[in-house]
Amino acid sequence: MEHARSEPLLPEPRGPLSRAVLNHLRGTGPLPDGEEVAAAPVYGDDLQLALYLCYELHYRGFAGVSPDLEWEPELLRTRAALERRFLTALRADASRHDTVDDALAGILVEPVDGTGVSHFLRDKGELWQLREYAAQRSLYHLKEADPHAWVLPRLRGRAKAAMAAVEFDEFGGGRADRVHARLFAELMTDLGLDTTYGRYLDAACAELLVTVNLMSLFGLHRSLRGALVGHFATVEITSSPGSRRLAEAMRRTGAGPAAEHFYDEHVEADAVHEQVVRHDVIGGLLEDEPHLAPDIAFGVDATVFTEDLLGDRLLADWQAGRSSLRTPPASEVHP
Amino acid sequence: MPNSPSDAARRVTVQRKGPLLLEGPVEVELEDGTVVSSDRFRVALCTCRRSRRYPWCDTSHRDRA
Repeated sequence: MEHARSEPLLPEPRGPLSRAVLNHLRGTGPLPDGEEVAAAPVYGDDLQLALYLCYELHYRGFAGVSPDLEWEPELLRTRAALERRFLTALRADASRHDTVDDALAGILVEPVDGTGVSHFLRDKGELWQLREYAAQRSLYHLKEADPHAWVLPRLRGRAKAAMAAVEFDEFGGGRADRVHARLFAELMTDLGLDTTYGRYLDAACAELLVTVNLMSLFGLHRSLRGALVGHFATVEITSSPGSRRLAEAMRRTGAGPAAEHFYDEHVEADAVHEQVVRHDVIGGLLEDEPHLAPDIAFGVDATVFTEDLLGDRLLADWQAGRSSLRTPPASEVHP
Repeated sequence: MPNSPSDAARRVTVQRKGPLLLEGPVEVELEDGTVVSSDRFRVALCTCRRSRRYPWCDTSHRDRA
């Protein structure tokens, strides 16, 4: 029997960029040059995995990879080149609104006939699709609220106090058994998934990596603190109604009590978080640093854009009867 | 305890549209005498009466389009 690892295994490469970064992490081979970075599709598997690998060194690292590589100048230079492409593309593709109010107005309205992933799963999601959704999302939810904690030292006063309060809630309010990442692990157990951190990295599609890389990008750069706050507000504002639909999906399919509880908890918790983030985190930050307004709006727009990319991808696969995963989870449920 | 809020007045935040925001923890007595409690640091109390998790806000007050 193999002992449980504290650090995840390195994934398989998805192209030349991610292969070069993987080789570098293993101590062999050169990092990709600027031309290679410029040639890869920006939201594609290879570039997004290469960036994800760089970011993961700041969270839990990888088994057999020196933790010192987190601050290695060569790798940071590669990360910066990948980030420049990602951020430039997002600014061009995602920006829709000039003001925070306009950006938020769009997500504070509930569509009567929604067609998103949570609507699909509520109405006709099958258990295998709920399992795929959880396997994909586990790349974030098993480190839920971690990328947002990085913004705390960059905020002051009202914004800092409110952000810390919401994060405290995300981290279980001082109780390990209520940490949201732990509640998600229990959901995964109900669905017959492996709760090991990083277990589904190989399985996750490019669009899922995009959503997690977005948080890491915003979280790791003080210059993007406004975007991080806009991103966080978007997650909290859209979570409550979405979680209700997912809770209904879990109930309808008989996924299990922990699976229902994870989303039920988020219906109520995030209805509160939304209020606190809008009034005190955004309100406080705008009072303190009004020049960040366009960045906050960009954070909202970028989150909506990347979530739409993911949603479109999942629905396209499922409506065609295909798996959305690159490698199937060890599964007794999927046909 | 320097951070003890026990002597301070409880702040309630009202808004024209949206829930009443209270500092938690709170107990709410419903019309039928049932008492429900929430130990969140902030509690959002439904005022539109549309919540499916009444008395707690579940964002059902939002406009639909």
